[in-house]
Amino acid sequence: MTFYDHLIEQAPAMVVAIPLLFAFATPLWFKLSVKFGKLWALLGVLATTVLMYILAWEILSEGGEVTTYLFGAEDSQLPLLGGNAVRISFAVDGMSAFMGLIMVTVSLAAVLYSFGFVKKYTGNDKFFTLLLLVLAANIGMVFTGDLFNLFVWFEVSSIALCGLTVFRSERGEAFEGAAKYLIYSTVAGLILLFSIGLLYGQYGHLNIKFLSEAIGGNAELLMVDKVALGLMMTVFALKAGAVPMHMATPDAYSEAPAPVTAIFVTASQAGLYAMFRSVFTLYGSNIDLTIDLLHAAGWIVIILGVLSMFVGVTMALVQKDIKRLMAYHAISQTGYMLLGVGVGMAVYATGGFDEFGRTAMTGGIFHIFNHALYKGLLFLTAGAIIYKAGTRDLNRMGGLGRDMKLTALFFIIGALAISGIPPMNGFASKFLIYESVFQFNPVIGAIAMLVSLLTLASFVKVFYSAFMGPRMKGMARGEVPASMLMGMAVLAGIILVFSFAPSLVVRSLVDPAVNALTGDGGTTSTSLTLFTGQGAWNAVVFMGAMISAAIIAVLIRVFFGKKGMTPKGEGKKPYLFGNPTEIDGKPIVIPGSNVYWGFTKALDRYYRPVEKLHSGIVNEYVFWFVSTMVLAILVMMAWV
Amino acid sequence: MTTAIGELPYFTVVALLAIGLYIILVKKNLIKIAMGITLMEAGANLFLITLAFNSGDRLSAPVFTSQILGGTEATYSLPTPHALTLTSIVIGVATTALLLAFVMQAYKKHKVTSTDEFRRLRG
Repeated sequence: MTFYDHLIEQAPAMVVAIPLLFAFATPLWFKLSVKFGKLWALLGVLATTVLMYILAWEILSEGGEVTTYLFGAEDSQLPLLGGNAVRISFAVDGMSAFMGLIMVTVSLAAVLYSFGFVKKYTGNDKFFTLLLLVLAANIGMVFTGDLFNLFVWFEVSSIALCGLTVFRSERGEAFEGAAKYLIYSTVAGLILLFSIGLLYGQYGHLNIKFLSEAIGGNAELLMVDKVALGLMMTVFALKAGAVPMHMATPDAYSEAPAPVTAIFVTASQAGLYAMFRSVFTLYGSNIDLTIDLLHAAGWIVIILGVLSMFVGVTMALVQKDIKRLMAYHAISQTGYMLLGVGVGMAVYATGGFDEFGRTAMTGGIFHIFNHALYKGLLFLTAGAIIYKAGTRDLNRMGGLGRDMKLTALFFIIGALAISGIPPMNGFASKFLIYESVFQFNPVIGAIAMLVSLLTLASFVKVFYSAFMGPRMKGMARGEVPASMLMGMAVLAGIILVFSFAPSLVVRSLVDPAVNALTGDGGTTSTSLTLFTGQGAWNAVVFMGAMISAAIIAVLIRVFFGKKGMTPKGEGKKPYLFGNPTEIDGKPIVIPGSNVYWGFTKALDRYYRPVEKLHSGIVNEYVFWFVSTMVLAILVMMAWV
Repeated sequence: MTTAIGELPYFTVVALLAIGLYIILVKKNLIKIAMGITLMEAGANLFLITLAFNSGDRLSAPVFTSQILGGTEATYSLPTPHALTLTSIVIGVATTALLLAFVMQAYKKHKVTSTDEFRRLRG
């Protein structure tokens, strides 16, 4: 065997082992010098990234077939006999490789960004150690072929992320956000452990493949199957941050430093992965037996998705803390992924799956990819804004666009992508979701479009508050350090490239992932155009049309337009609430919270109770989790 | 289960989980919430350990049988759940320590121990 063969054979273990090794060696290098320590951490992420890309290439080019890696065996490729839980195994297929690619890419951008970002803080060594630990835990969570191992990575990821959340330890609120997230995820983790125990007690397996075969081998569905699935789904929905179990998510996201928040996003997506994995892989081996259970699970996921989309975006609209606002958007976007894959689940193995279910699933999983990129980018730009503004309050910042032109550009790219404005990548995945969900249920499809609109509205507010207007007091001058720009540029560049080749991503990354989950052999077309069965999307054609329209408009202006169209007289005066005396020579500043005042005031009857529910009391947070769990189990029992 | 204590461990598991969850849902003191989490952990760990003690030929790699102790029926104690429980205990220690550290720091900064006051972040 050549070196490359050995590398490929050991790659699944190495992708987790390398960041672990680099993580715990990082403090030693920091003892030598801060620069060495940072370079060491970057080297660790780079090595992981390269190896992950090679592994993903090998797996995806073979169509996403599962590769197992057996720990502690003479030959790591040995087949796992009898499913004894004595050996831990990794099982890497198209979906795992897809998730792994996302994790390493966002982590690389976050580490690059951190170089400049953490300069003014102490404790850099611990920061980078934990950052690498989270990367290892997230990859472990998507690679593992063993349920108990999944629990371990789940906890490692939560603990390390909580440690990172309190990086700015001068803030008391940071401890509050981290404590709430930790209470939430620990309770969820224990419930997960309990449900794993239930399955282990019933079947004597921990390995997902053998457990799946054992469940499929039953003559009828057992009570324990339904309960375990209900518990596990709710736990992973909590990790993903689905409403109503999202309460701690904005707290932790807003208090964590910006690069950590970007990684938080990928950690929540590992939760999504685990949810889809447990539904499709664990309960999908004998579809005749579990079809009703899958449909019930699909509807639960759809309801969680619609709630997340709507509550997330409406709560985001009224936030005045820039990171809290973006955190609510992260929740709202998670709703799209849940909705897309939920529709796929709800019609799984019926005629509707080929008609629109597969498209919905493709859209949902494609959205995971896009979301990690643009949300990561947006959190990084939020960090850059806070870095220069010195405040997170949208009402007290302004005029940053004068100096931070590049950050503003990156922000626009991210904001357009998250709002699903063509031709950005966010549009491509949302397009798949709109088209397919509309066939499933027109009302839900309409909600999905409305949510995108509100998303755009609230990012207009952020852009206006942070970058436009007169420079407010306390805003630092100049652009952020080069390493921070580099981190943002990596993500922005990937977004721009993939915006123009959405079908390339769908074909080479998303299709193997969907096939790995569903066991379906389908692919999309081989051209640059994305077909949904109803419509088609081609970003290049769209941009061509837009540019030619712009040229025609300019030509009309040049040849037929009136010269010198500058406003005169009354038209020159700014007009504010019909009251000209407000102006008195000073620059007019409308605080960010007032931008949508009329809208939120009109929806007072919605906002007042919903804001009250986000009470910040941790007991109530756990109550929401427990009641969702009970409801999910009851729905499954009643349905099946 | 064919032991002298019968189904008792399972009832204990349910009781521990329920008491732990009750504390987390109802008690306002943050330290008590940490205690509730520890109780739930104990419940989950006891559940795993109880599962290890099993009879029948379905399972392999027995570490200990009751026949050695003079029992008549072949009951096995599996090694895997013990390994799982050890791992889970270690994780539990880490989360409890971290949570207590957070609560302590939050108290130092804001002088709060009640969840009713522990909510500067909300809305």
